Amino acid sequence: MTDPVLDVRGLAYAYPDGHQALFGVDLHVHHGERVALLGPNGAGKTTLVLHLNGILTPGAGTVEVSGLPVRPENLREVRRRVGVVFQDPDDQLFMPTVRADVEFGPANLGLRGAELERRVVSSLERVGMSDYVDRPPHHLSFGQRRRVAVATVLAMEPEILVLDEPSSNLDPASRRELADIIRSLDVTVLMVTHDLPYAYELCPRSVVLSDGVVVADGPTREVLVDDALMKAHRLELPFGFDPRTVPAP
Amino acid sequence: MHLLPAHTKIAALLCFVLVVVATPAQATWAFAVYAALLVVAVRASGVPFGYMGRRMVVEVPFVLFAVLMPFVAAGPRVHWGPLSLSEPGLLGARGLLVKGTLGVVASLLLASTTEPSDVVAGLDRLRLPHQLVEIMSFMVRYLEVVTGELARMKVARESRGFRPRSLGSWPVLASTAGALFIRSYERGERIHLAMVSRGYTGRLPVAHPLSASVAQWRLAATVPAAALVTFLVAVSR
Ligand SMILES: Nc1ncnc2c1ncn2[C@@H]1O[C@H](COP(=O)(O)OP(=O)(O)OP(=O)(O)O)[C@@H](O)[C@H]1O
Ligand SMILES: [Mg+2]
Repeated sequence: MTDPVLDVRGLAYAYPDGHQALFGVDLHVHHGERVALLGPNGAGKTTLVLHLNGILTPGAGTVEVSGLPVRPENLREVRRRVGVVFQDPDDQLFMPTVRADVEFGPANLGLRGAELERRVVSSLERVGMSDYVDRPPHHLSFGQRRRVAVATVLAMEPEILVLDEPSSNLDPASRRELADIIRSLDVTVLMVTHDLPYAYELCPRSVVLSDGVVVADGPTREVLVDDALMKAHRLELPFGFDPRTVPAP
Repeated sequence: MHLLPAHTKIAALLCFVLVVVATPAQATWAFAVYAALLVVAVRASGVPFGYMGRRMVVEVPFVLFAVLMPFVAAGPRVHWGPLSLSEPGLLGARGLLVKGTLGVVASLLLASTTEPSDVVAGLDRLRLPHQLVEIMSFMVRYLEVVTGELARMKVARESRGFRPRSLGSWPVLASTAGALFIRSYERGERIHLAMVSRGYTGRLPVAHPLSASVAQWRLAATVPAAALVTFLVAVSR
């Protein structure tokens, strides 16, 4: 069997102030999978994400991306392979124009000229934002900024796309459009979310993180219908949504 | 003029301002020529005069300072009605007003024909240290975010009945400023994370180096060149 795209073993981490956020996390994501990472506020999801591209260094345990260990000497390649889309697009978009922002990542990888332009055009096309290439990001709507943020990461042609709460603050139409975009991408996806119907719709598999440990890992439907598990970890289905009666996506 | 590459315009502005500042204050006619040159340039750029006029308010502090000079400066005095004015002060005020106005108009012309982000790119092309250029480009981008944050905090305050009237409101305003500082700082940190995640290593990549043709340089040079000729004539007399 091939190496998993993401291979996290025994990952533990304490913040410098002493607060321990992760207590031995194991997580494997294989090529082409779409996995939802669920868990209550403060469970350690964002902390885990920050380890995947080497922004935080594990206190114990290892992280490997397609067989490449996340270590200081590999950071450049790791960050090309793992594309992280942060929760707030205003943090992600910091250049004066959409084009400059989408170029930022691939230009850091050393691309110039025609190849750079091809990356910009194709990634904006994939998120349906081609018409906005010369606009300043701060004049776009929130949903548009979220999509450009996804494009900035796609432009690096990552092996795995990590999305931190992609559906937050989106109106229902933008939320559905983003779902269509995510489904249309042929990349491996790890999606952190509190939006359980969204996880059900997009991700065949879910992992539940609670208090810094993985407490469940399985088909999304089975996780969501396990009332005892859900209750024990502060997960609640929104009013009117019942995976037992909703047809499988 | 909107189409000229930013760095040619910046270089032109810099030369023009240097020439203006170097011109001795007595050469009245030279300043008249400079002013005429600017009028022609504004005309050619198509920026409406009214728009330029409104943005001239940035000059107000200079004007105030210039008005004060004749009262406070030392030296021989002239009497004008009930007022006693310093003679060097008057001359200095006139020089300051004239040179200041010319400089402000020229800068406004640059500002109204160039996007802030292009000004930054132009400075980079002119080999300003890249740390400085980077700080400026973030400022341009984040001014909007910070002012937006400030506006939201103001709305939040006022929705809960706050009125910044009395002295008693100062602590509230001070804590707003503190919160704004912390929020901006934390945002800065998050932005840095996002940059590092996309392979940032301390230097912004220059994806499209700016370049200007000889013709464009020549066009940008017309105003400062004309000003320089005027200057040479003025000082050689
Ligand atoms: N910079 C930090 N310093 C100290 N402790 C932190 C820091 N960031 C997060 N924590 C703590 O680590 C724990 C995990 O936080 P994390 O942000 O990973 O949670 P999360 O699962 O992403 O939550 P949410 O769903 O609210 O985004 C929390 O208890 C949090 O208080
Ligand atoms: Mg989080």
